[in-house]
Amino acid sequence: MKILVCISRVPDTAARISISDDGKAISDTGVKFIVNPYDEFALETGIRLKEQHGGECVALTVGSEKSQDVLRTSLAMGCDNAVLVKGKKDQDSFSVAQDIAAVARDISPDIIIVGRQSIDYDSMQMQSLLGAMLDMPSVSVVSGLDIEGGSATCLCDIDGGKETITTTLPCVISTQKGIYEPRYPKLPQIMKAKKKPLEIRDSVSTGNRTEILSMEIPQSTRVGKVLSGSDSDIAEIVRSLREDAKVV
Amino acid sequence: MSKILIYLETEDGLLKRTSLEAITCARSLGGEMLGLLCASSSEGVEGAGEYGLSNIIFNKLEDNSNNARAKAIALLAKNENADLIIFAGNANGRDIAPRTSVFFDAGYISDCLNFEEDNGEIIVTKAVYAAKAQIKTKILTEKQVYALRPNVFTAKKSDTVSVNIRNADVELNDTDKKALITDIEKSNGKLDISEAGIVVAGGRGLKDAKNFGLIEGLANSLGAAVGASRAVVDSGWRSHSEQVGQTGKTVSPDLYIAVGISGAVQHLAGMSSSKVILAINKDKDAPIFKIADYGIVGDLFEIIPKLQSQLEQ
Ligand SMILES: Cc1cc2nc3c(=O)[nH]c(=O)nc-3n(C[C@H](O)[C@H](O)[C@H](O)COP(=O)(O)OP(=O)(O)OC[C@H]3O[C@@H](n4cnc5c(N)ncnc54)[C@H](O)[C@@H]3O)c2cc1C
Ligand SMILES: Nc1ncnc2c1ncn2[C@@H]1O[C@H](COP(=O)(O)O)[C@@H](O)[C@H]1O
Repeated sequence: MKILVCISRVPDTAARISISDDGKAISDTGVKFIVNPYDEFALETGIRLKEQHGGECVALTVGSEKSQDVLRTSLAMGCDNAVLVKGKKDQDSFSVAQDIAAVARDISPDIIIVGRQSIDYDSMQMQSLLGAMLDMPSVSVVSGLDIEGGSATCLCDIDGGKETITTTLPCVISTQKGIYEPRYPKLPQIMKAKKKPLEIRDSVSTGNRTEILSMEIPQSTRVGKVLSGSDSDIAEIVRSLREDAKVV
Repeated sequence: MSKILIYLETEDGLLKRTSLEAITCARSLGGEMLGLLCASSSEGVEGAGEYGLSNIIFNKLEDNSNNARAKAIALLAKNENADLIIFAGNANGRDIAPRTSVFFDAGYISDCLNFEEDNGEIIVTKAVYAAKAQIKTKILTEKQVYALRPNVFTAKKSDTVSVNIRNADVELNDTDKKALITDIEKSNGKLDISEAGIVVAGGRGLKDAKNFGLIEGLANSLGAAVGASRAVVDSGWRSHSEQVGQTGKTVSPDLYIAVGISGAVQHLAGMSSSKVILAINKDKDAPIFKIADYGIVGDLFEIIPKLQSQLEQ
C-alpha cells in the first residue's frame, strides 16, 4: 500500500505573536515552529497503515528549506521517505493543493492523509481540494478508520454526532483526534531518520486564488465588568445579562 | 449585479438555522439570490420565504454523499451562471465547499466572520493563529465561494416573499458517488454545543467529574448545552464531543459561561467569537477575564448555586 501524508509547519500555539513589518503576516522572530498537531494524527495513521498492510509511507510538505525539520520528525516517527516542495512565498491553500496534487500524480498513492486543519489559518479545506483536483473521493474529520480489501470505512465527527462513510481507495482523508495516539520517536529513530531519503522539488503551482490584505491583533471590545462573588454583585451580573446584554 | 447561490440544508422538515444565517448574509450583500437544496425531499424549504428568498432549486439526491453534493452544486451554479456561492460553515459546509470551489473554478474562503465591500470587491474578515490575530482577505478569481462561521451572522426575517421551487438534475460521474454516508449516529438527544444559543462550560476548577452536576444544573435551567475544556476531556470527565477549543469545537453562542476555566489560548480559539462571555474563576488574574464581558471572581462552588437561583427568579 502506498501512503502519502501531508504535513504543515506551524507556529506553536502557545507562541506569542506579533505582526510583521508589511502588516500582512506574523513576524517569525523568536517563534517556535512545530508539526501541525493534527498532522501528528495523520502521520500516525499513515505509519499504522503501513505496519498493517505493508508498503511505503511518504511524508510531504510544501514550504521552505526550514521545513526540513518537520520532515525529519516524520521520518523519525516511521515514514520511509520525504518530499519537500520548495514553495513560493505565501502560497494559499489552493496553490499548496496544486503542489501536493502534482506529487500525488507522480507517486499514485492508495491513500492521501492530511490533518483536520492547520492551526495557523484554520482553513480546513485541503482534503476536499485534493479530492476534487485528483478526482478522488474525500472524507473530512475522520476519527476512526478501517481499511480492508480496497475500501475504507471512516467514522467522522459531524455536528451533533458521528457518521460512517464508506468509500473505495484511492481516497483522501483528513484526520481528527481519536483516530490513533501519535507516537513519540526515540533517539535511535531520530538518528536513523537523518539518513533516510529526502527529496526536494520546486513548486509547480499556477498562483494563488486568495490574497491577504492585512493582519492585525484584534483589540478587545468586551465590556470587562468583573465583580466579586457577593450576593449583590451576582445580582448585578444577572441584571446586566438580562437588561444590557439581553442574553438570558 | 451579482448572482448569489445559497446552499441550503433542512433537518426534521425545517431549514437549518445556519441556512437562515446564510440567506440573511446573502441578502445583505445585495444581488440576485438563488437557493439550492440537494436532499432527498424538499420539505421545509418554503421557510426561506420569510427571509426574502423566493427562488429555490431542488436537486433530488439519490445517494447520500457530500462528494456528490459538491459536484452537483458546482454544476448547477455553472448552469445558472452564478457568481458567488455561500455555504453555512458547519461540518457539512466545510466538507463540501472546498470541493465545490475546485469544480466551479472559484477561490474559496472558509470560516468568514464579516463581509465588507470596497470598490465593488468583497473583503472578508477571518480569525487566524487561534484567534490571536485577524486578517482581511479577498478572493482573486471572478467566481467565489465562501463558508460562514455558524452563529456569527444573525438570521433576520425580511418581508415575506412567495417561494418557487424548481427541480433540476445534473449528471454525476462515478467518483462523485464513491464516498457514501452509510450511517448517522446522533448523540442521544443532547443539544450540540456548536448549535446552542447558550453554552455553560466547565474546566479543571470543578475538581472532579461528579461536580459537573453543577454545570449541568445551570445549563438545564438556561436551556444551554454543556461544554468542557481539554483538561477535563483528557481526564475522562467529559466526552470529546463537548470539548471547546482548537482541538475541539468552535462555538459562537449568544452567551458563553466559562466556569473554572483558565482561558488558555487553545481554549479561547474555540469560543472567543461568542457574543457575550461570562467567566467565573477564583483567580482574578486568570486570562479568561481578559476576554470576558462579565466576570465573577470567587469560588465556583459557592457562586454557581447562587447564580442559578438568581437566574431562575
Ligand atoms: C496543541 C494543543 C491543543 C489544545 N487544544 C485545546 C482545546 O481544544 N481546548 C482546551 O480547552 N484546551 C486545549 N489545550 C489545552 C490548554 O492549553 C489548557 O491546558 C486547557 O485549556 C486548560 O484547561 P482548564 O482551563 O480547564 O484547566 P486549568 O488551566 O488548570 O484551569 C483551571 C482554572 O480553574 C480555576 N479554579 C480552580 N478552582 C476553582 C474554584 N473552586 N472556583 C473557581 N475557579 C477555580 C483556576 O483558577 C484555573 O484558572 C490544548 C493544548 C495544546 C498544546
Ligand atoms: N504547506 C503544506 N504542506 C503540506 N501539507 C499541508 C500544507 N498546508 C496544509 N497541509 C495539510 O492540509 C491539512 C489541512 O490544512 P488546511 O486546509 O490548511 O487547514 C493540514 O493538516 C496538512 O495535513
